[in-house]
Amino acid sequence: MFQNKVTIFITLIILLLSQSLFAVDTTENSNLTITDSTTADSVIIQPVAGVENLENTADNDIPAFRSERLNALIFMLLFSVVILLYTRWARSGKELFLRKINGLDEVEEAVGRATEMGKPVLFVPGLQEIDEMETIAGISILGRVAHITARYGTPLHVPVRYPMVLAAGQEVVQQAYIEEGKADSYDVDMVRYVAGEQFAYTATINGYMMREKPATNLYMGAFFAESLLLAETGNAAGSIQIAGTAQPAQLPFFIAACDYTLMGEELYAASAYLSREPLLLGGLKGQDWIKLLLIILIITGIILASFNSAEWYLNLFESV
Amino acid sequence: MVVSFFFRAEGSFLGRIEPEILSWVTIVGGFTLLLGVVSIVRVNYTAVKRKADGWGYKLATLISVFVIAIPAMLPTGWSDQFGRGDGSIYKWLFNYLDAPMMATMFAMLAFYIASAAFRAFRARNAEATLLLITAIIVMLWRVPMGEEFLLSIHPDIPGWINTYIMGGANLAVQRGIIIGAALGAAAMALRIMLGIERTYMGK
Repeated sequence: MFQNKVTIFITLIILLLSQSLFAVDTTENSNLTITDSTTADSVIIQPVAGVENLENTADNDIPAFRSERLNALIFMLLFSVVILLYTRWARSGKELFLRKINGLDEVEEAVGRATEMGKPVLFVPGLQEIDEMETIAGISILGRVAHITARYGTPLHVPVRYPMVLAAGQEVVQQAYIEEGKADSYDVDMVRYVAGEQFAYTATINGYMMREKPATNLYMGAFFAESLLLAETGNAAGSIQIAGTAQPAQLPFFIAACDYTLMGEELYAASAYLSREPLLLGGLKGQDWIKLLLIILIITGIILASFNSAEWYLNLFESV
Repeated sequence: MVVSFFFRAEGSFLGRIEPEILSWVTIVGGFTLLLGVVSIVRVNYTAVKRKADGWGYKLATLISVFVIAIPAMLPTGWSDQFGRGDGSIYKWLFNYLDAPMMATMFAMLAFYIASAAFRAFRARNAEATLLLITAIIVMLWRVPMGEEFLLSIHPDIPGWINTYIMGGANLAVQRGIIIGAALGAAAMALRIMLGIERTYMGK
């Protein structure tokens, strides 16, 4: 299984490099011939260097591969190799240390509180589409939360802003209820589409919080101006609140108004942390090594800049 | 799409993959919009039918969905008030109902900030006290009257706040969070692409 994935990965890289070596020539004859029908004379126009938008003269000199992005490619390959190696290492059963993340440890406790109080759990997967990593991370956490609510029989309410998130959310929650042997308790309207507009969506959730007073509010995903509107309303409703986002501008609002906040990378680590699956934990470990490499690169840059000789070094990281 | 990022769209098949796939995403997204409409109608219709708590609001939601959607979808050839152009019913509803209501929600943020700031800035321990002092300094700098007050103490104080608090400590922490989050997102993307992580599919 793992070897297959590595093979696919290597094949992709070979494909990538082969394309970079063989730029496609789309024009067989780059000269343009114009014929004057009145005199039967013809003029051959040679392509002018630098003029790219003339028909029949474009592209054949421009390499298909964007060499200015080579640094990004190298970093991506390095990053991928480290993650894959640590994933493989984790498969061998090695014990991996993972620092404590209070916000995630409290998820089960918070759902338990809702169960004791006989009130619902509100899960908000953020305001972005399913193609954003923050939303995917939120949906992953939703799966874990749905397992707990299914186990305890706690009502779960998940309002979403995009139809594609609706489909993904319903799938994840249904799967969790089936796995817990509670397929009958699953209601398709646990995950529901409420509004496509940012503040209409916020107003709907705020109204729900004030009417139903959910015991636990979980905000996991991408949030913008509505972050404080949601968190303060939840606070006023007396709910225990756990938030997680990678939007630095919204973190202070969540920290001020929520009981626990997952900051940036903690949101992406949540699925691995909650599931404790070695394969996922291995990826986190590899990520830490890349972070160490970045710290070394930043310190090197600081030292070089202090001696006014960082220009060549900065050029290494420039990408278009 | 990752591979496509490294190639030009002109003269390379790989370079043209990205815009092609983005077109597919738009098409699929258009179809899924129907899922959203079905969900909103089903949930609200059921509540109205059962006369559940607040069913009147659900009825208003249902009516709003159709009142704004139907004239927007009808061909403009039938009437100038159909479609989404100037002078249409859709435009009128958007400008005079939707936009003011959204602006009202956004304006409420000011009051929420005040109540959240009151809770966050209570000097309960050393860290909270430090936060309180920093917040007061930054607020003084941002408010014109406060800036005048700071300038009267020393003309360089606003510059120091800008350099050391906002451009120094604040920016450094924000960049740290951004770098960490970007690495986390990249690692998760890689795990998903290789099928290691399937939790987003409920696996």
